[in-house]
Amino acid sequence: MSKLLEINNLSVTLPLPGNTLHVVRDVSISLERGQTLGIVGESGSGKSMSALALMRLLPRSAIADATTMQLDGLDLRTLDDRNFTRQIAGPQIGMIFQEPMTSLNPVYTIGRQMTEGAVSRGLLSGKQVERKAIDLLERVGIPDPAGRMSQFPHQLSGGQRQRVMIAMTLMLDPTLLIADEPTTALDVTVQAQILDLLDDLRRERQMGMILISHDLAVVAERSDDVAVMYGGEIIERGDASGVLRAPAHPYTQSLMLAIPHLGMAPGRLGAIPGTVPSLVSPPKGCIFAPRCSYRREDCTTARPQMRDHDGQHSYRCVLETPPTRHAEVIPLRAAGTPVGQDVITATNINQVFETRKALFGAKRQIQALDDVSLSLKRGETLALIGESGSGKSTLARILLGLAQPTSGQVRMLDRPVAELAPQERAAFVQPIFQDPYSSLNPRRRLAEIIARPLQLRGEKDSKVLKQAVGEALDIVRLPQRLLHAYPSQLSGGQRQRVAIARALVTRPAALICDEPTSALDVSVQAQILNLLDDLKAEMGLTCLLITHDMAVVHQIADRVVVMLNGKVVEEGPAQQVLKTPTNDYTRNLLAAAPRFEMTNAEVAS
Amino acid sequence: MTDTQISTTGVEAEMTLLTPRQIFRKRLLSHTGFLIGAGLIATIALIALFAPLLAPHDPYAQTLSARMLPPIWAEGSNPDYLLGTDQNGRDYLSRLIYGTRVSITIGIGAACIGMLIGVTLGVLAGYFGGIVDHAISFLLTAQLALPGLLLAMALVFIIGPSIWVVIGIVGILHWTYYLVVTRSATQRIRSLDFVAAAVASGATPRQVIWHEILPNLFSQIIVIFTFELGIAILAESSLSFLGVGIQPPTPSWGLMIAEGKQAMFYRPWLVVLPGICLFLLVIGANLMGDGLRDITSPEGRNE
Repeated sequence: MSKLLEINNLSVTLPLPGNTLHVVRDVSISLERGQTLGIVGESGSGKSMSALALMRLLPRSAIADATTMQLDGLDLRTLDDRNFTRQIAGPQIGMIFQEPMTSLNPVYTIGRQMTEGAVSRGLLSGKQVERKAIDLLERVGIPDPAGRMSQFPHQLSGGQRQRVMIAMTLMLDPTLLIADEPTTALDVTVQAQILDLLDDLRRERQMGMILISHDLAVVAERSDDVAVMYGGEIIERGDASGVLRAPAHPYTQSLMLAIPHLGMAPGRLGAIPGTVPSLVSPPKGCIFAPRCSYRREDCTTARPQMRDHDGQHSYRCVLETPPTRHAEVIPLRAAGTPVGQDVITATNINQVFETRKALFGAKRQIQALDDVSLSLKRGETLALIGESGSGKSTLARILLGLAQPTSGQVRMLDRPVAELAPQERAAFVQPIFQDPYSSLNPRRRLAEIIARPLQLRGEKDSKVLKQAVGEALDIVRLPQRLLHAYPSQLSGGQRQRVAIARALVTRPAALICDEPTSALDVSVQAQILNLLDDLKAEMGLTCLLITHDMAVVHQIADRVVVMLNGKVVEEGPAQQVLKTPTNDYTRNLLAAAPRFEMTNAEVAS
Repeated sequence: MTDTQISTTGVEAEMTLLTPRQIFRKRLLSHTGFLIGAGLIATIALIALFAPLLAPHDPYAQTLSARMLPPIWAEGSNPDYLLGTDQNGRDYLSRLIYGTRVSITIGIGAACIGMLIGVTLGVLAGYFGGIVDHAISFLLTAQLALPGLLLAMALVFIIGPSIWVVIGIVGILHWTYYLVVTRSATQRIRSLDFVAAAVASGATPRQVIWHEILPNLFSQIIVIFTFELGIAILAESSLSFLGVGIQPPTPSWGLMIAEGKQAMFYRPWLVVLPGICLFLLVIGANLMGDGLRDITSPEGRNE
């Protein structure tokens, strides 16, 4: 039997005024029925572009080219756009997108959106199509499917919308399902459910599936085959356990070292030096060579061939045998820093939001925080864990003094926070935000951004400011030449460093970090987590870390507070809570967290 | 392992580090519509500036023996008066040249006054929200409900017509567009993390607005400014045409159209020529505004 999908030498170029971006180069993938191919890579690696090229959803000016592009023996390249839309996109290939909040049209009912495709193609009659839609909604686990048909997208939660999206793509019974980061926008417990559902459906219907994700653990758990992409090329591919448990390419190896693993003792992460290559002029040699620690002279002269590793598994590298990895774990620098007294304490915090439907409508109350008490001790890293809607960000805003609680008290420096002047508070605690793209003013140069907190304190001497900014850049390991750059010229990781530099320029005693790494790639996350470790070791920094990622908690937290629906449900030393959780919710969270079943022994071998 | 270093290998060096300003300049120069618009505006501004040098005659000098002469291409023209003369025998070309001064002054002056009012209110409404927003939104609704031209006529009639009164009144009546745009832009920017970071560093609302928000509104304001420039010029012409704007004998294009309208059917150039001037100036402003909008729009930002 022929393969379900076969693509050879796919390349995508994006002409820009002045130059051309080579976003995908020479990508070959193949997929059997009933199998899952995982494509992993950091942002900008070309993984989504490859899928979009297959679906003909590329940006208008992009040019895709391949030597083979066959679905079920049919050459997709010979179809014109009209026939492609009628015969392939939908009936043959279904696609699920990352953002369930925007992938459904808000002005149409669920029912109409689900039946539209089948009816317009004349595949089924009105009655049949409705029956089928209800069956599918039931299959994907939507309660009261018949009632849901007349509802609008805003009446569903994010996880439910993603289920509806999945049901919708199944309406036309595709033979291939492309899931582009299907769970990235969802909570961990929901993520596990959605991935289980996709797995079951694939098996039931013998569909092929392409699972695109930046999360190696997700791909490791859910795929048969894996392709690792970097800079628009596939640099390693093979069976999932082979590629992700015993990676052969130096890039995949470094990537695995950059991820905090739940199963291992926390240690320094292996960050990959340098930045993702620009795709304007592809190098002659190996795409990873500039950042590779095994670089040789012949790396840059010619592009290495795909090299067979052990039958199932091949990689693109000049090394004949894959390099052996460092087995030893370098301990964290800040491990065992002494913990002092309470610096911030919150007692019995309640936060109630009132909303009105209309000007004279009835009031509705939402209890965002329900009698929350916690304390942050000098020198410790306290992780605040919870899913979206648990109130963790609301609590952070209250601790920062950006919002006032309905009742309860926050004490800082042994004084109620309400008594502190804004400047005193600012000198004591500073925030780091999740999205480094919105946390820096795009119209200001880095020097101005970093110096701003000092200026607000009344510092006018330009010499003092310049020196403080220079020191702050050194602390976060950014080169001084970036002083006059604008945020738009920096990568996400560099921006997050700038945000940290701005927070540290006033030498605060504590940082409140709201998901500081969840918008970043794993290799960049490793740099930031290592940086936080350095800061803790060098400055004795106190840190409240808000996160949903258990592996990050495991990596740097000393103590953990778990929140659910505005209440604290569990609190304790990090390693203890992660190993032996006492609360059911914590147990669920831990069970749902995707992980590599890897032990210390396996890594060493 | 020096894992937290940013390398300075060839990878990074080849990245073209264009500042936002350089990108802006590059895109300005590659936008044809903008270049045409800016060229027109620049030419008209230069004509206004050097009007005394360019005008062949005194725009106020009446030569009663040479009234209503046609332009040079028509029959019975006098080569001394390139574009003919008006009812009082004044050189039409010179009056058109001096008319640019009135149009440009009023356009810029009124657009500036409107900007001051609209941006202030818009930023306050967007930043503070709540009751401030309600009050300002009510003001906006009230303003939109007023018949602008009638109100302007009434006001000029009461205060008495002069160029400064016209500028003030046209400006006071044209701030709604600024308000709508800056209000929603401020609401968006206010929710971004860099504003929260500034507040967490102890910045007062005033400091946040001046340092964080206004610089980010700059491109929107500039675009509206060019549109309002065109609208204000047309408003002045309408007022002058109706007799409550610029008073004779000052040369203003709207007034020239009004004066020429009695003789329009026999001497169409009296109306057509100032009409063309108005058209060129307003279309120049609009092309420039369109171009600026395209150039500063986020969709094209990664070019």
